[in-house]
Amino acid sequence: MSNGKSPAFYNNPHVRALVYQTLLLAGLGWFMFSIVSNTLANMEARGIRTGFDFLGNVAGFDILMSLVPYDASKTYFDTFIVGLLNTVLVSVIGIVFSTLLGFVMGVANFSSNWLIRKLSVLYVEVFRNIPVLLQIFFWYFAVLAALPNARNSISLGEAIFLNIRGLYLPKPVAEPGAGLVYGAIVVALVGIVVLKVWAKRKQDRDGSQLPVLWMSLGMLVGLPLLAFMVAGAPFTLDFPTLRGFNFQGGITVIPELMALSVALSIYTGAFIAEAVRAGVQAVPHGQTEAARSLGLRDGQIMKLIVVPQAMRVIVPLLNSEYQSLVKNSTLATAIGYPDLFTVFVGTSLNQTGQAIEIVAMTLTVYFTVNMLISLGMNLLNRKVALVERK
Amino acid sequence: MLKKTAMLAIGLTAGVSLSAQAGTLEDVQKRGVVSCGVSTGLAGFSQKDEKGQWSGMDVDVCRAVAAAVFGDDTKVQYKPLTAKERFTALQSGEVDILSRNTTWTQSRDTSLGLNFVGVNYYDGQGFMVSKKLGVKSALELDGATVCIQAGTTTELNLADYFRANGLKYTAITFDTSDQTRAAFESGRCDVLTSDQSQLYALRIGLQKPDEAIVLPEVISKEPLGPAVRQGDDVWFNIAKWSLAAMIEAESLGITSKNAADLVASGTPDQKRFLGVEGDFGKNMGISNDWAKNITLKVGNYGESFERNVGQGSPLKIARGLNAQWNQGGILYSWPIR
Repeated sequence: MSNGKSPAFYNNPHVRALVYQTLLLAGLGWFMFSIVSNTLANMEARGIRTGFDFLGNVAGFDILMSLVPYDASKTYFDTFIVGLLNTVLVSVIGIVFSTLLGFVMGVANFSSNWLIRKLSVLYVEVFRNIPVLLQIFFWYFAVLAALPNARNSISLGEAIFLNIRGLYLPKPVAEPGAGLVYGAIVVALVGIVVLKVWAKRKQDRDGSQLPVLWMSLGMLVGLPLLAFMVAGAPFTLDFPTLRGFNFQGGITVIPELMALSVALSIYTGAFIAEAVRAGVQAVPHGQTEAARSLGLRDGQIMKLIVVPQAMRVIVPLLNSEYQSLVKNSTLATAIGYPDLFTVFVGTSLNQTGQAIEIVAMTLTVYFTVNMLISLGMNLLNRKVALVERK
Repeated sequence: MLKKTAMLAIGLTAGVSLSAQAGTLEDVQKRGVVSCGVSTGLAGFSQKDEKGQWSGMDVDVCRAVAAAVFGDDTKVQYKPLTAKERFTALQSGEVDILSRNTTWTQSRDTSLGLNFVGVNYYDGQGFMVSKKLGVKSALELDGATVCIQAGTTTELNLADYFRANGLKYTAITFDTSDQTRAAFESGRCDVLTSDQSQLYALRIGLQKPDEAIVLPEVISKEPLGPAVRQGDDVWFNIAKWSLAAMIEAESLGITSKNAADLVASGTPDQKRFLGVEGDFGKNMGISNDWAKNITLKVGNYGESFERNVGQGSPLKIARGLNAQWNQGGILYSWPIR
């Protein structure tokens, strides 16, 4: 091209690559199309109902736990949403607690205390090497099933009850004036962000550090508390009471959710602890020595020097751990927690018999959720990655 | 059109291979075995013993079909299926007949591309509770927690019953009967609901069967029967009449013990049934002694019932609805003539 003599277009590698890729894509598209149309034609010939019309039909069955209002008069699409939200709930709980547990245990591996160090190793080795389904069964059928029945509940001040049917908590019911408290929470959250930015600028300017964590906590607790008192306690508590077979009222945390969350958090936490250990070990020892010679304390070295550098090793590993956690949450079906798999691929599929549509929808959900996790973690990774000279 | 685009849009991942329609009888004869979908293990209906031998009411239907086609009841290949898998397995041709305590309902019959061939057990949904509760009737169960086994019509019946009677309840759905039973035993729920035949089977599996009782209420009709693919009338006829022959044999007084003798000494009715007269087998494309083979190898319906779920079994279920029509039940087979 430089001397004006360009090769024939069919010899241009870019054009060739484009042609081959288009051909491959078209072939794949044709392949998929023929599978789908063939299946549809066959199903029609067999008199099997197809399509997504069933989503609008009344489901007619009840679900143990729902984050949105649901009863037997709702549609199959609602069962999909209920299952999806329950899956998201247990995944979020699992991700939060496994991360906390994993970081604590991973860092504990480097403790100078022999007992803490060994405890961390013991935790990782025990829970990493037992199948997660077995752990779920253990928590559900061995630990939680050993709790007393409703009449002999373990009670904390006659307000919180724990029995085999679940954990019962008092539920705050908003009265007029509650808006002030909600407002105070928002103000506190905004205040924390402002404080953080301001503290960073201040440190950049004169090197002095503010106790940001304590000030944030103070704001988050203090402001709503102040609003609560000013508005004259605009919340009443709905206490759970034993009526008939079960406790009524309040908030119920079902044992299926507890067992699944605990099992997934502890199991995934063990892998995260290993990821954290790997990340910390990847930071050259010279960094620690240099920090020490600057006079930083051990806690500070970990927090300011080691962990930020370890993050670029840890984050990509975390990504796959979180994804496994979401996928493992389908084991809920073994203990009857109403997640997407139990509700939608279980009951709804069996009521309608439309396996292909329901399985395809569910596959799409898990795929999408995991792609979103991947996206989030990749963004985080970009933030923690080593900034190199261009 | 919209339907098709929607299907296309999501891409078909669960590739159901739909083999050629019709000709199930030829396929079966070529293969040499009947492929029969049964449950993964349900006492009295389809269960596998320690030697790997299948037995049960549903298994007997498979054996009867094999006896009709091959004259040999052992030429059956059993495929254990969960409730979720069963219809897909039949639709895709993985099994030739589905005999897996499946309730015959209108929607299943009309929208899943299958045909039920008859009823081999009239069941109904009931409740099992712990005796300690002191509950005598299902109407006293307001506010109770109920354990259900997933993937059955039970969830729907339960919701309907409690709604119709203005009762509140909490339902926990488990995947297998073992998990359902374990949850009931641990006290996670007050009530276990299932088809009554299954309740009896679950009850004898409890650590203390005497501490649980089955409540008298039957809240639904559950006619359980085998099903075949829609659109293959030859095979449909064979399956339908194999089951009918078991019931008819009982009403004609033909058993596995006397069938051989009755060939010579029977009444005209019995002789027709046993294939001495007429072309009843040939009309279906199989040998004329099909019904005799079924009775000799598998026995009549009454024998199958007593052996699997009745007095000859640990379940000890009374005939009840499943007695012949002239014995106080509703079993009534179409005449073979």
